[in-house]
Amino acid sequence: MLPDKAAEIIALGQIAKRFGAVRALNGVDLLVGAGECVGLVGHNGAGKSTLMHVVAGTLKPDSGDIAIAGMPQPDYHVTMAHKLGIRCVFQELSLCPNLSVAENAYIYHAEIKGVRWHQRASDLIQAKLDEIFPGHGIGPADVIRDLPISKRQMVEVARAFTVTAYPLRLVVLDEPTSSLDSRTAGQLLSFVRRIVAGGTSCILISHLLNEILDHCHRVMVMRDGRVVAAGAAAAFDRDRLIDAMGTVAAPHQMASRRTAVREAAAPLRIRARPARQQDGTELEAHDGEIIGLAGLSGHGQAQLLIDIYRASSKPTDRIEVKGPVAIIAGDRQSEGIFPMWSIAENIAIRSIATLRNGMFISPSREAGLARQWQERIGIRTPDVANNILSLSGGNQQKALFARALASDAGIILMDDPTRGVDVATKFEIYELIEAETRRGRTFLWYTTEMEELGNCDRIYVFRNGRIVAELNRDELTEEAVIQSSFHVEPWLTSA
Amino acid sequence: MSWTLNIVARPWIWSFVGALAVWLAAIAFTGGHGAGGMITAALSLAVFMVIVGIGQMFVITLGPGNVDLSLPANIGLASAVAMKVMGGSDALVPLGLAAALATGAAIGATNYLMIWALRIPPIIATLSASFIIQSIDISYGRGLQIKPPPGFADFTNLQFAGIPVLAILTALFSVAAALVLQRTVYGRSVAAIGQNPRAAWLAGVKVGRVRFLTYTLSGLLGGLNGALLAGYFRGANVDIGNEYLLASIAVVVIGGTSVAGGKANVPGIWGAALFLVLLLTMLNTFGVSAGVRLLLTGLVIVAIITASGSRNKGLA
Amino acid sequence: MADLSLEGKSRRLVLTGQAPRRLLRSLLPALSLVLILIGIAWLNPRAMSYFGFTLMLNLAIPIALATIAQMFVMTGNDLDLSIGTFVGFVGCVTATWLREAPLIGALMLIGSVGVYAALGALIYLRSLPSIVVTLGMSFVWQGLAILLLPKPGGAAPEWLQQLMGLKPPWIPFPILAAIVIAAVAHVGLMRTSYGTILRGSGGNPLAMSRAGWSLFKTKVTLFTLAGMFGVASGLALIGTTTSADANIGNGYTLLSIAGVILGGGEFVGGRVSPVGAVLGALTLALAASPLLTFMRIPPDWQVGANGAILIIVLAARALLSRQEALTQ
Repeated sequence: MLPDKAAEIIALGQIAKRFGAVRALNGVDLLVGAGECVGLVGHNGAGKSTLMHVVAGTLKPDSGDIAIAGMPQPDYHVTMAHKLGIRCVFQELSLCPNLSVAENAYIYHAEIKGVRWHQRASDLIQAKLDEIFPGHGIGPADVIRDLPISKRQMVEVARAFTVTAYPLRLVVLDEPTSSLDSRTAGQLLSFVRRIVAGGTSCILISHLLNEILDHCHRVMVMRDGRVVAAGAAAAFDRDRLIDAMGTVAAPHQMASRRTAVREAAAPLRIRARPARQQDGTELEAHDGEIIGLAGLSGHGQAQLLIDIYRASSKPTDRIEVKGPVAIIAGDRQSEGIFPMWSIAENIAIRSIATLRNGMFISPSREAGLARQWQERIGIRTPDVANNILSLSGGNQQKALFARALASDAGIILMDDPTRGVDVATKFEIYELIEAETRRGRTFLWYTTEMEELGNCDRIYVFRNGRIVAELNRDELTEEAVIQSSFHVEPWLTSA
Repeated sequence: MSWTLNIVARPWIWSFVGALAVWLAAIAFTGGHGAGGMITAALSLAVFMVIVGIGQMFVITLGPGNVDLSLPANIGLASAVAMKVMGGSDALVPLGLAAALATGAAIGATNYLMIWALRIPPIIATLSASFIIQSIDISYGRGLQIKPPPGFADFTNLQFAGIPVLAILTALFSVAAALVLQRTVYGRSVAAIGQNPRAAWLAGVKVGRVRFLTYTLSGLLGGLNGALLAGYFRGANVDIGNEYLLASIAVVVIGGTSVAGGKANVPGIWGAALFLVLLLTMLNTFGVSAGVRLLLTGLVIVAIITASGSRNKGLA
Repeated sequence: MADLSLEGKSRRLVLTGQAPRRLLRSLLPALSLVLILIGIAWLNPRAMSYFGFTLMLNLAIPIALATIAQMFVMTGNDLDLSIGTFVGFVGCVTATWLREAPLIGALMLIGSVGVYAALGALIYLRSLPSIVVTLGMSFVWQGLAILLLPKPGGAAPEWLQQLMGLKPPWIPFPILAAIVIAAVAHVGLMRTSYGTILRGSGGNPLAMSRAGWSLFKTKVTLFTLAGMFGVASGLALIGTTTSADANIGNGYTLLSIAGVILGGGEFVGGRVSPVGAVLGALTLALAASPLLTFMRIPPDWQVGANGAILIIVLAARALLSRQEALTQ
């Protein structure tokens, strides 16, 4: 039941934010009324988290207006947000791992004073944990780093709902159930229902579309830093949401060009069993194949890629790899680029041993290799001697592709490599992969985007660190992948 | 290629500018007397800082937390080993040098093995190792006649047109070190690990092997320095390496190498070493006491690091 | 979504396997101290007496204080390479000015704490690497110490000598002092609300500033506390030795870092333990000479034996935490 004339809690107008060359937010409006639950969906990199950092006051937008409870806030920042009753639970945990549960609660509430501060903080968090997650089994003296990830998430969520001196008006939950099991996720969602009914507002971000449809009054869909669809949740169903998110916009773009049937006789390149696989299911990849790894993010796909990469130099009994391997990281900043180096140095690092004249790396051959790939892949830069950070995100990613493809590796592992890359670049990358398979290269492609799976010959769907389904190209439908990756959650339909 | 780009923006230039300024101040004070001699003396002493500085530079470039604190003990032990093996005989100089290098390399290799196998942070591993090395040195060096062979002592003090021969050789070595850093697989690997060890591993860099080689190299250079110092000062003793703990780190940082890793600079080490030595020389010519000398040296280091600040992130 | 029944089961397995190991790990500082004490008792039973402890642990008090100073700096993910020469500087002030002109001497000591506070501010504001700044400062303190006391000498103020020579009933003074130091630091850092904030600033600085806490203030506070405990260490040292020397504290830099690590602290992450640090300092102080003397280890090898003890304890610790990580 959507409140008709809701008092407005937060109103954002025409918010824009750039990170270097990337437009993370491109004129976004957001309005949340009292007692309203707004669902926010969109693919990775669509700008949801950036928008929520603006709401939380942890990120200052380049332009746009922020008003809280009808009052314009030109100098909005995090302490003010806290006093105005706006709380956020982000995906990256904001607990101090070296402190206890109670101490982490205190950090959030400087208002707690006196010698009994510890007791009061303990009581506060304990009561909230009991209220949201009955039977949680977390003690206020437990140190965060000794807790498993799911319990840390529970503490983080509970802390956001604790109240001392300032009122609680709006809570942003960014993928709150991603590391919770089904029971605790159900507890959380029913709690959200209760407090929303009690007049508190909520913004819920989730990849589990049923969560959004079942619990939110309104839904907003983001794509490429804009809101592309918005309206009452009742007006949406799963298909419409998926449609708006842009997954089926251009499927199988390059699939039609590919020879549908691969020769079964092509030599085997990889045989691998995930560490948590309990049956005998194995992943196999042959020469010239593109193998997709699908499922929800964080369900063991990236770990398997890392295990395969490690096994290429140190063989194990569960993984067999034939030939050199290169890996393309999706998280460019933390696993990909070398920020102090030029584009050429970044491309060449995987191949420098082959670029030597005698003992020394030849700068001309290094630059030559970089220029050759710059041309093939279309890295947009006047000079490959420029620093890698002078490139936009998509072009940095192309440089990482160039690094892998310029190497001697016959097997290329890709860890969601098009995360946050614009559509045009994506299609260039798809064509490049297609061209490389014709040269006999094998690709393992972990992607969170349904559309990209259409480029694969076979797909393994992962759940909880295991392969739960293998789909051939002709069996591939979005429905089939979704069926396997989200297994039916009884509490979702009954709640 | 990147060498010619905007020279002035390079912080290590300032270490040379500083060295020049200090030298000018000193000769202004003496009225031009001993200007040349001052440079000769400065070069002679700077050599020892440069040799260990280069080893320390490679280690620091490996990234946050990497530092070799065992250099002073290493230098002390290697100087004793070199002198004992040489036994005062010029014929045994090559053997003595080889023994010093082997001692240093073994210390460096052991340092890394402890870091790797026992998972001890490098600061503590190299520190604990230095305690043990110090004891070995004290017990080994006791009661020994550790004077250098005359030929070796003369060689370390040899000059060519007012320039110490050791300085020329060290300059050549520095060029080689810069080449290794810029143009070899090893040098690139060190810089890659210093920027991001995980990205380096994923880009095919042999992280463990490179770190092992780097600590061994640092140890090796410490050993070389020990032998040369014993020759130059005509005798080995336990404390001969003491000042090189702080000096080796200071020349690396003042020379423009990033304390956060990934970015190294060889010419800057020369500038910084000359600057520090000339600073001391200048203060000596001014006739200030040892206390004031230390005080000013410390303040200068703090001032330089503050001026070049907000770029570096903490090492520890 | 995780399979609930299975997760529950594996959790329980993990807990039973892990709890004793974590306990063992947290008891490691105390265990190493007990081992050393058993060694001493076995080698020389007479040392296990009131006077034996008073003698053996005399120099443990300044080491423990310096270790606590280092611990505060390490709480904020920094490292102080100047604490040793700072202790030496304080010692020289104590043996000269504090005795001759107590007011000026006291002002000098207060001023030096102010310098520590300023260093914290500088390191935070310019985001400087603390090891380089404190490396430079180690020259500064040493230079000042030499200026104050060019030759070994001076004398400790009477009251300080009397304090350090106290003979309380039953418990030897050094042990009593260690308990007091550990208790003060423990309550301050582990039990007060602002102590929690100080540790949080090392554990997750970004989260702390997002929660509205000033990282500038925490950094300055940590360095000020380090300066205060450094002063206390210098006073205790001179009260014990009764005269000073500009190099008297030089070894304390390394001892203090080792003491913190031995006591279960870590270089990053705000994970420190005041009680552990004091135990670590006592262990090092005992291992440093009494144990080795009783073992008839020649003086030449005492430093080396110290290094070996450090390596063994840290290796044991690393081994335990690796198994902890593997079972998680």
